[in-house]
Amino acid sequence: MSRTDGRTVRVAAGQGFWGDWLEAPVRQVRGGPIDYLMMDYLAEVTMSIMQKQKSRDPNAGYARDFVPLMERILPDLVARGVRVTSNAGGVNPRGCAEAVLAVAERLGLPRRVKVGLVSGDDILERLDDLIARGHTLADMETGRPLSDIRDKVLSANAYLGMAPIVEALRGGADVVVTGRVTDTGLTLGPIFHEFGWSPDDWDKVAAGTVAGHIIECGAQASGGNLLKGWRGVKGLADPGFPIVEASRDGSFVVTKHAGTGGVVSVASVTEQLVYEMGDPRSYITPDGVADFTTIQLRQAGRDRVRVSGIHGGPRTPLLKVSIAYFWGYKAVGTLVYAWPEAYDKARAADRVLRQRLVDLGLAYDQILTEFVGADATHGRLSGAPSPDLPEVQLRVGVRARERGPVERFTREIAPLVLTGPPSVTGFAGGRPAVEEVVAYWPALIDRREIEPHVRVDILEA
Amino acid sequence: MPKTVKRSPRPATRPVQLRWLAHARSGDKGNTANVGLIALEPAYYELLEREVTAPRVARHFRGMVSSVERFELPNLRALNFLLHDALDGGGTISLKTDAQGKVYSTALLRMEIPVPVALARRIVRG
Repeated sequence: MSRTDGRTVRVAAGQGFWGDWLEAPVRQVRGGPIDYLMMDYLAEVTMSIMQKQKSRDPNAGYARDFVPLMERILPDLVARGVRVTSNAGGVNPRGCAEAVLAVAERLGLPRRVKVGLVSGDDILERLDDLIARGHTLADMETGRPLSDIRDKVLSANAYLGMAPIVEALRGGADVVVTGRVTDTGLTLGPIFHEFGWSPDDWDKVAAGTVAGHIIECGAQASGGNLLKGWRGVKGLADPGFPIVEASRDGSFVVTKHAGTGGVVSVASVTEQLVYEMGDPRSYITPDGVADFTTIQLRQAGRDRVRVSGIHGGPRTPLLKVSIAYFWGYKAVGTLVYAWPEAYDKARAADRVLRQRLVDLGLAYDQILTEFVGADATHGRLSGAPSPDLPEVQLRVGVRARERGPVERFTREIAPLVLTGPPSVTGFAGGRPAVEEVVAYWPALIDRREIEPHVRVDILEA
Repeated sequence: MPKTVKRSPRPATRPVQLRWLAHARSGDKGNTANVGLIALEPAYYELLEREVTAPRVARHFRGMVSSVERFELPNLRALNFLLHDALDGGGTISLKTDAQGKVYSTALLRMEIPVPVALARRIVRG
């Protein structure tokens, strides 16, 4: 059954987010032996973006890049026996799975490719029923009940764990396409399937969760965005994305293909471990709770880090729900001011702009001014800017519930060029765009409301 | 004979920016930014744990965040800080350049802590 050597299962990360390096999954498949290609496309904000696209086109709503990618690598996957787990399905996993099948047919591989479709995470149609039966779906940050914004909700998806992925793999799926499955579940699924571990072996769940967390952001674990000794990280034009070699005892090695750039070191893995971390003693997923204070790391060769000692606890009775709702509008305008006294000129321009917005009687939920080159990333910690700065970018953002004030703001940037402080340029991009703001509402729900609705279909062309 | 009380005087220290003692990575969860602070050498961890306290980090970021929580990971020689209300609403609502808190990491590395002079002399460049 297992095409591994019986000792390790090799799960390779192909994408760390929707928009990641397109060559990475191709190189993971062709650059050396792997068993699974894991592709995470969903960040917190991604579901809202996909929902926006689906509201314009009912056939959209998934990571479109995934389909041409499959077109490029399906023949290699079939030839090498590499299977794929991906949450590329977004808010339309069926559309995504059918597009992959169509590709398989076009490539003349119809009977050779089975697509596992995981659904049931989407609870948009069930919200009113759930609220009526007493589920408040309160915002985890503010405590407000969902009923406050019910009419503005655009999408609602529960985070599923590894169980449906294990089921799809057991059913023979070569490519598993899901909606809102956790990033870590995409790695846990293959490892649990291959080793036949029990889903209540909590230390094993925790170990697989940590493995998934390490590779879910792609090259961010293998030299990309690495701060420690960044000048010494070589070959980032062709970075090796991380690969987990999981062992039956629950330990694993993080590595990358030979001959690729970047680095896998205790430093690179540690920086990724602390990324987006909350309480390290309880990293909660639908599959269990991992204790990050038990992780032991050891450099075990060039570009090899051994990870062991991980403990975990039982899964909680609750699942997280990711809800996207329409909030309003925003726009960001920029202008560049040149030496001398660039910062003072940009500040003066900001005052002029704000006065005009007041005089026009426009009201905003927020107006935020940043001076790129002086304080945009570190705020007042940047200290007083030098009067000799070569240039400063004035960057003003506004947001409002109504479109009108934001639309008018976008017409108030260009006039500053001829009616404001001097030495200004950088307006080649034209008027800034008004963007719709689709906001994120995290909530919790009893898993017994979700799990009976989860479906796994094995599709064949 | 009068008993002499031997005092161990605190060694002389000088303020040193965390950039010489630690590396860091940050990210977001809603309107909260997290910063993982990792000792550049295992030997520095104890110093970080003693000096980089939640109240001091809150003071460093005053006006930029509402409150700070700290968690310890001695196994990774790392501290994890949660900076609440740091992202102007976070996610897609935020108007900030750094809406996802990606560079709060280096903003923390600007913070200064007292470091024994001998160590400071060895690690601070430029």
